[in-house]
Amino acid sequence: MQQIINFVIRNKTFLLFLFLFCISLALTIQSHSYHRSKFINSANALSGGVYGTVNSIDRYFDLEQENKILAEENKRLREQLLNAANLENSVVIDTSISKENYRITIADVYKNSYSLTNNYLTINKGKNDSIKQDFGVISSKGIVGIIDNTSKNYATVLSILSKRSKINAQLKSSNHIGSLTWNGKTPEFVQLVDVSKFAPVKVGDTIVTGGQSSIFPKGINIGSIESFETDISGDTYTIQVKLFNDMTNIGTIYILENRDRNEILNLQNGSNE
Amino acid sequence: MNSVLGVNSIRFIVLLLVQVIICSHINFLGYINPYIYIVFIFLFPIREERLILLVTSFLLGMLVDMFLDSGGVHAAASVVLAYARPVFLKTSFGMLYEHQSIKFSNTELGSLITYITLGTLTHHLILFSLEVFNISGILLILKKTLFSSIFTIILCVLIIILFSRNKK
Repeated sequence: MQQIINFVIRNKTFLLFLFLFCISLALTIQSHSYHRSKFINSANALSGGVYGTVNSIDRYFDLEQENKILAEENKRLREQLLNAANLENSVVIDTSISKENYRITIADVYKNSYSLTNNYLTINKGKNDSIKQDFGVISSKGIVGIIDNTSKNYATVLSILSKRSKINAQLKSSNHIGSLTWNGKTPEFVQLVDVSKFAPVKVGDTIVTGGQSSIFPKGINIGSIESFETDISGDTYTIQVKLFNDMTNIGTIYILENRDRNEILNLQNGSNE
Repeated sequence: MNSVLGVNSIRFIVLLLVQVIICSHINFLGYINPYIYIVFIFLFPIREERLILLVTSFLLGMLVDMFLDSGGVHAAASVVLAYARPVFLKTSFGMLYEHQSIKFSNTELGSLITYITLGTLTHHLILFSLEVFNISGILLILKKTLFSSIFTIILCVLIIILFSRNKK
């Protein structure tokens, strides 16, 4: 017993080091596995408050640009509205007319990152605004990510620029689906994998969200096809998608809540059993 | 003693805020960011208990992780740096460290740069290995380590010179 105590006292620095290192390693490993609520994230009062203060100063510098983005979106929505009669035959997906299935919340981005392997945004809406995990997040041009952690007033968004996110997507011209991943290289491009070899893939075609995820409605813009190749087995395409969104510059975002999500999930769970 | 505590607490808070508000959002050439908060670990008083350094480094890394949503990578890298610090001190300063008489404000610039380079490279290598967390991304890890280290080393040396030399 005496020897054990002596050993501990002699090596106390090393033991403390080992202990702290193991804790941080455990947190790191946990953060690399998909959708586990983490202990350490920026959706809390301290970091949210600091980012909020900085943001309230910072935002004055790009008000003009924000205005321009809003005006552009207004123009596009007005065009859609005025041309609605002509478009009835073609497939236009507008979340506002689909029987109020989706509730939309506006939020400001407090923090955005795009140079890490798993990127997160911090936004200024949380549980108090009934934001929950797994709500979809889009901007005026395309998708941004999925809500990950929430606190009272803040939430973190798992960006599509993350090795952990896998979002269901499809070609706009046909219904061939694939899943959207990121190889961690540049924030301009994401990869659409597992697209069937029968799909009519053409450079320049648009990629939109598929309706299978119950997070995003079908038909939200993602990006256009930059290049594509068949993977090693030759059965599927891997497509380089150039995002419509500039992920490095996101000011205001929309959070989508699918009111039917629980019903869909219950149904799917029920049929799996 | 009190002033040592005060100086270090202020340094802790200021470096943390500067790191998370400014330095982590520079993204020079898309991905190069300096991590200047490790200046705190470099400048921590040598005579103090090493256990305190380990715990404060862990806290500092954890707070940076919290702000940047990076799991525990900064905490892990900081703890390793804090634990390995005596080795770097010994190789860079030699006899001065043996006599416990290093004053960062009036050491030779060469030794200081060696010390900071060794520490920064270790810290960044562990940081990016854990962040990428994939053996096939080894080139990406080395690339990030190299470029960010250069940025960090320059800034750290500048900060230490700017804020210490005038206290003579």
